[in-house]
Amino acid sequence: MAVSPEQSPDLEQRVRSIVAEHRGTRGALLPVLHAVREEFGHVDPAVIPVLAGELNLSRADVYGVITFYEDFRQSPPGRTTVRICRAEACQAVGARTLADRATSRLGVSFGETTPDGAVTLDQVFCLGNCATGPAVEVDGRLHGRVTPERLDTLLASAPREAGA
Amino acid sequence: MSTPVTVYVPRDSAARSVGADEVAERITAAAAATGREIRLVRNGSRGMLWREPLVEVAGPDGRIAYGPVAPEDVDGLVAAGLLDAAGTHPLHLGRTADLDWLRTQNRVTFARVGVVDPLDPDDFLAHGGLRGLRRALELSPQDIVAEVTDSGLRGRGGAGFPAGIKWKTVQEADSALKFVCCNADEGDSGTFADRMLMEGDPFTLIEGMTIAARAVGATEGYVYVRSEYPDAVATLRAAIATAYGRGWLGAGVLGSDLRFDLSVRVGAGAYICGEETSMLESLEGKRGTVRAKPPIPALEGLFGKPTVVNNVLTLGSVPMILADGARAFAGLGTGRSRGTQVFQLGGNVARGGIVETAFGVTLGDLVEGYGGGTRSGRPVRAVQVGGPLGAYLPTSRFHLPMDYEAFAAAGAMVGHGGVVVFDDTVDMAGQARFAMEFCAAESCGKCTPCRVGAVRGVEVIDRITAGIDRRANLTLLDDLCDLMTEGSLCAMGGLTPMPVRSALEHFPADFGEQPAAEPPTTTDLATTDLATTTEARR
Ligand SMILES: Cc1cc2nc3c(=O)[nH]c(=O)nc-3n(C[C@H](O)[C@H](O)[C@H](O)COP(=O)(O)O)c2cc1C
Ligand code: SF4
Ligand code: FES
Repeated sequence: MAVSPEQSPDLEQRVRSIVAEHRGTRGALLPVLHAVREEFGHVDPAVIPVLAGELNLSRADVYGVITFYEDFRQSPPGRTTVRICRAEACQAVGARTLADRATSRLGVSFGETTPDGAVTLDQVFCLGNCATGPAVEVDGRLHGRVTPERLDTLLASAPREAGA
Repeated sequence: MSTPVTVYVPRDSAARSVGADEVAERITAAAAATGREIRLVRNGSRGMLWREPLVEVAGPDGRIAYGPVAPEDVDGLVAAGLLDAAGTHPLHLGRTADLDWLRTQNRVTFARVGVVDPLDPDDFLAHGGLRGLRRALELSPQDIVAEVTDSGLRGRGGAGFPAGIKWKTVQEADSALKFVCCNADEGDSGTFADRMLMEGDPFTLIEGMTIAARAVGATEGYVYVRSEYPDAVATLRAAIATAYGRGWLGAGVLGSDLRFDLSVRVGAGAYICGEETSMLESLEGKRGTVRAKPPIPALEGLFGKPTVVNNVLTLGSVPMILADGARAFAGLGTGRSRGTQVFQLGGNVARGGIVETAFGVTLGDLVEGYGGGTRSGRPVRAVQVGGPLGAYLPTSRFHLPMDYEAFAAAGAMVGHGGVVVFDDTVDMAGQARFAMEFCAAESCGKCTPCRVGAVRGVEVIDRITAGIDRRANLTLLDDLCDLMTEGSLCAMGGLTPMPVRSALEHFPADFGEQPAAEPPTTTDLATTDLATTTEARR
């Protein structure tokens, strides 16, 4: 379970040191947000005032940036994140079937996490794997030519229990 | 012990997505089990993606190819003499260089991709790396720009704007600080050439950007790579670190007085950040909202400074142009589309991958010739060329030459060179609806025709396909397309009507319409002329 900065003053400290590591970087907000997300799994809204203060921006600016980009989710994702490509080249080879299958197997819609916190299902528009589609990404690992059966295997390999 | 045999297993993410890592592990294990020493090179992909994982073994007569190799095939292959480049196994394809699919291409920008070890600087040098930069450092900046202008190189990101003219503008701008930014956002579905160049030959991109910096007087550069490409980011970062170590970047590039600092920035999941001004906003750490032009980025770009913004393939072509001269490049192609284009065949295609060839090849040659028709074996019904904002074309347009002007005249666009194939099960009204849906989802929100128009577009198409007031709604859709084309600030809203209108034009039956009695002429189709296409896509 990712921890939020509110729960621990150490984390506010961590965010400050991430910013410090990016001193001298022009337009540092995106690299900083990526680093925050990498470390905590998401961008907790509690970091907004810290970032605003450290980077000399308004809170509204920081909030505006976080909400503009898909990557900066504000709540922790499930233990496994599955992203299914729904763009044209994958549509042409059955992405729709995979999308329907994933939503029904997991019982969630795109953008949602299963109630047990095991899997977050997301959609993505193109993973650059358009000749070897349909493409699915599981925890950052790209899979190509994914058949419905292969999708089932990928979904089944997600750990169901916390800490498993 | 004999010298170890060299075995190539691609590290390209498409190859990895279909098991290249497991194949590499199995080969290493099988070699160890048989007591053979091997040198394993994780190269880029040759671009024959339907044959991935493609394994190559260095033999006395050159590299011998095997593919597609599944992990389970490895033990059998090794037993059949894989490590001696033997030709008895059914997956044996022969000498890589003799394979028709590759042999008939003209690899210029992709000359080293799949051939070299992407992260080995000596391999890069051994295959002609840095020849372009070395020559550029002997020329005046004006002469570099002249060379690029004379080559006829046009932007490969979609708009086709002449690279030399852009560079000249930046060169002549008076500023102590200038930037070179590489657009590696590659968000278009059906395109993956930028990714493959970055993963397969990153030093070429670094070399191209350094030449651009020398030409325009820039000292800092950024490559803006989409976050969906983690392997490209890692490869590029590693290559940049190596380039610094070798004195190819930083102060005194190759012993000259050139200083050029380069770094990678990662996007964050917004398609619109491929539009150059949105990309600049994002690089500045802001929301990726499109800027109004003028001012053009060449004069007021990143942090308001003169900035070259070019696509990966544009910058990746520059080293070859400098090394071999403008004339060699300009000698290829047709009309005002000079040089080669790295076409990408994707979707439902039997032989998908990279086809780099001179402009002028026909759409049919690509789809039926190289592509071999559909992967499903069913008839081809439609192809979408140029990404989500490009037109859907029927097979009756397969005679079209791949050429910016010819495509514009046919109401289509070459764009970034992606060709996505669909078989006869495709529902074109569904594809038109998706185009609107995508625009609604990815709009930066700055202008109403795009932000609201696209949402309306989805609703109107739904009413048409449901058979509700079809005629009236078709007229409404047409008006909406006009409004989006004319009233949008950038090509996101401005070109979304292209896939919608082309689908309607060529596949009316899918919208419940009677097919037109006569096939529409190309002038009927020219809803967007070249001027608006290029302007908008700039
Ligand atoms: C919605 C939209 C998306 C775009 N996406 C890309 C992209 O992913 N990569 C790219 O190089 N150009 C993209 N472009 C074109 C850029 O705005 C710009 O023309 C290009 O980066 C200039 O480089 P070039 O002249 O070398 O093509 C896009 C344009 C629009 C309107
Ligand atoms: S057309 Fe769409 S994406 Fe482009 S500026 Fe307007 S709202 Fe933004
Ligand atoms: S469209 Fe799915 S990977 Fe490109």
